[in-house]
Amino acid sequence: MKLTYRALMGACAVAALSTGATAETITIATVNNGQMIQMQGLTDDFTAKNPDIDVEWVTLEENILRQRVTTDVATKGGQYDVMTIGTYEVPIWGKQGWLVPLSDLPESYDADDILPAIRGGLTVDGELYAAPFYGESSMVMYRRDLMEAAGLEMPEAPTWEFIGEAARAMTDRDAEIYGICLRGKAGWGENMAFLTAMGNSFGARWFDMDWKPQFDTEAWANTLNFYINLMTDAGPPGASSNGFNENLALFQTGKCGMWIDATVAASFVTNPAESTVADQVGFALAPDNGLGKRGNWLWAWSLAIPAGTQKEEAAKKFVEWATSKDYLELVAAKDGWANVPPGTRTSLYENPEYAEIPFAKMTLDSINSADPNNPAVDPVPYVGVQFAAIPEFQGIATAVGQQFSAALAGTTSVEDALANAQNLATREMTRAGYIK
Amino acid sequence: MSRAVSTRRKAITTAAAWTIGLAIFFPILWTIITSFKTEAEAIASPPSLFNFHWTLENYFAVQERSNYFRHFWNSVVISLGSTLLGLAIAIPAAWSMAFVPTKRTKDVLMWMLSTKMLPPVGVLIPIYLMFRDTGLLDTRIGLVVVLTLINLPIIVWMLFTYFKEIPGEILEASRMDGATLRSEILYVLTPMAVPGIASTLLLNVILAWNEAFWTLNLTAAKAAPLTAFIASYSSPEGLFYAKLSAASTMAIAPILILGWFSQKQLVRGLTFGAVK
Repeated sequence: MKLTYRALMGACAVAALSTGATAETITIATVNNGQMIQMQGLTDDFTAKNPDIDVEWVTLEENILRQRVTTDVATKGGQYDVMTIGTYEVPIWGKQGWLVPLSDLPESYDADDILPAIRGGLTVDGELYAAPFYGESSMVMYRRDLMEAAGLEMPEAPTWEFIGEAARAMTDRDAEIYGICLRGKAGWGENMAFLTAMGNSFGARWFDMDWKPQFDTEAWANTLNFYINLMTDAGPPGASSNGFNENLALFQTGKCGMWIDATVAASFVTNPAESTVADQVGFALAPDNGLGKRGNWLWAWSLAIPAGTQKEEAAKKFVEWATSKDYLELVAAKDGWANVPPGTRTSLYENPEYAEIPFAKMTLDSINSADPNNPAVDPVPYVGVQFAAIPEFQGIATAVGQQFSAALAGTTSVEDALANAQNLATREMTRAGYIK
Repeated sequence: MSRAVSTRRKAITTAAAWTIGLAIFFPILWTIITSFKTEAEAIASPPSLFNFHWTLENYFAVQERSNYFRHFWNSVVISLGSTLLGLAIAIPAAWSMAFVPTKRTKDVLMWMLSTKMLPPVGVLIPIYLMFRDTGLLDTRIGLVVVLTLINLPIIVWMLFTYFKEIPGEILEASRMDGATLRSEILYVLTPMAVPGIASTLLLNVILAWNEAFWTLNLTAAKAAPLTAFIASYSSPEGLFYAKLSAASTMAIAPILILGWFSQKQLVRGLTFGAVK
């Protein structure tokens, strides 16, 4: 009896020790976006399938997260095992050797199913360095009732000229209805994301093939003049401090006729619990000018594994789970197809149930019409549609964004804003060694 | 007549004080009110101050998603730990500067204060590397050390100001009676300076509680205090103002209550320092 008791106790101790030895906790850094919070709520499914892995979440505001994970990945601090990063960081960090390549994911993961435009933005020298969690482009969201009242009909692929005409016709300042709401808040991910993408459709580009800034060209003057004139005639007051959230609030409360912004906003503006105009929203592709490029961007929040992690295998299992086809089905079963993370997999858009979602086709068409390797009308030396994937871009674009925001606020002229942008971009690019 | 003028002046002063007080408190009040709205009501234009459907759903949502008590406990340990460690170092330092000054004392005090003029981001990478190599990243002890060092100049300055008010003769008398240096500081100086030490303690607990640069940059999941809890509800791509307000209210409530109960000591501490 005593022997049996001892043997049992011994077995328990060995079992406990072996569990302790194999149980791993991975720390995941992510942003506070709706889709990420949804993923956090579904963690139980992952831990049920992987009982030897525990998950700790660190959710932070986007800019804080960016600063935080950049410090950690650059110093190989090892604080995070999975990081949520975007298409701006992946090419730079992949090239630096800061990320674990994901090309060895199992065949069942079906990496070929990832949308080509998104996959291209996450690949460096043929290696996939991050798995897309959700992809987004930008498109026109508009009020069908206001468009009808203005006697106009929105084409599926409008031109900037039509957008200008419609915005002015829909504006009724006495009723606090503004024809168009666009980003004006300074920042590389705020007004410059929009204006860089818009510039692409006007034939503008950030740098020529010798990395010389191009703000002294006619294409940029046309872009900025069109934007400022449009916002002055048909934009809301105080637009120079409006970003995504401010415009979302304006649109949801019925104050915008049109809003050109991230495709992910479609599910917010059509949700009756949040939006007073949910049943009146239509969608169209981002405008063009007949030059072969549309004014839409391309972004993918993606999961990547920092090279400093000690738990690479467990981290890979998580990335595989969160970006798999099964995960999309899991979300659909729980929250419905409209709430599935969009813009990552071809098979999602082939699913007849998903095709019924009103913004599904427009999101896919918008993503497919963006080419991060060939974003502008003229050739460029950089990768990225609404950014140039070089480390210096954040700082330069934020400074340029401040100039353009000031022009929108009326505290400086368009000519001065462009001249200042050209000077500061040239100075920084020379300092960084791009211009010899 | 003079009595009437005095009453009127009092009324004006009171009204002005209340107006300024309410204006300063208004953002906090607005945050608290917003935390009881739905997300749709939080962005309604024009906004309503009280006439809306009051709900606790944001508090439930926040509690469901985040481990508030872990963040809260981390904040308590970090703020109290750094303040107590800071006091243990600063009391002897302030004693020596107040009662045994040298010709360099003023310079030392100014030098200590000058460290507060350095932008913290300038030393982020060196400190991060030191923390990485010593295994202090995402630990409460690491944050206690950093916040102690950051707030030490303020603690020393405040205590120095108080100690200067205490007559040196009392300490001399205790020495005449045979008190050792340790006994002199512990049993003579400290009891006399209790109000000053208390207000220093309170102010530094508040400063450490609200510190949001180092606490965000040196923590991940285990040691993250309430500043990280708030940051997890802010988003540039999604309107979560009501939830963010609920998280902020939960984060500031403990320190607000502490401040309310200790306002006399705090005001005394702040004004004492200000006139010096």
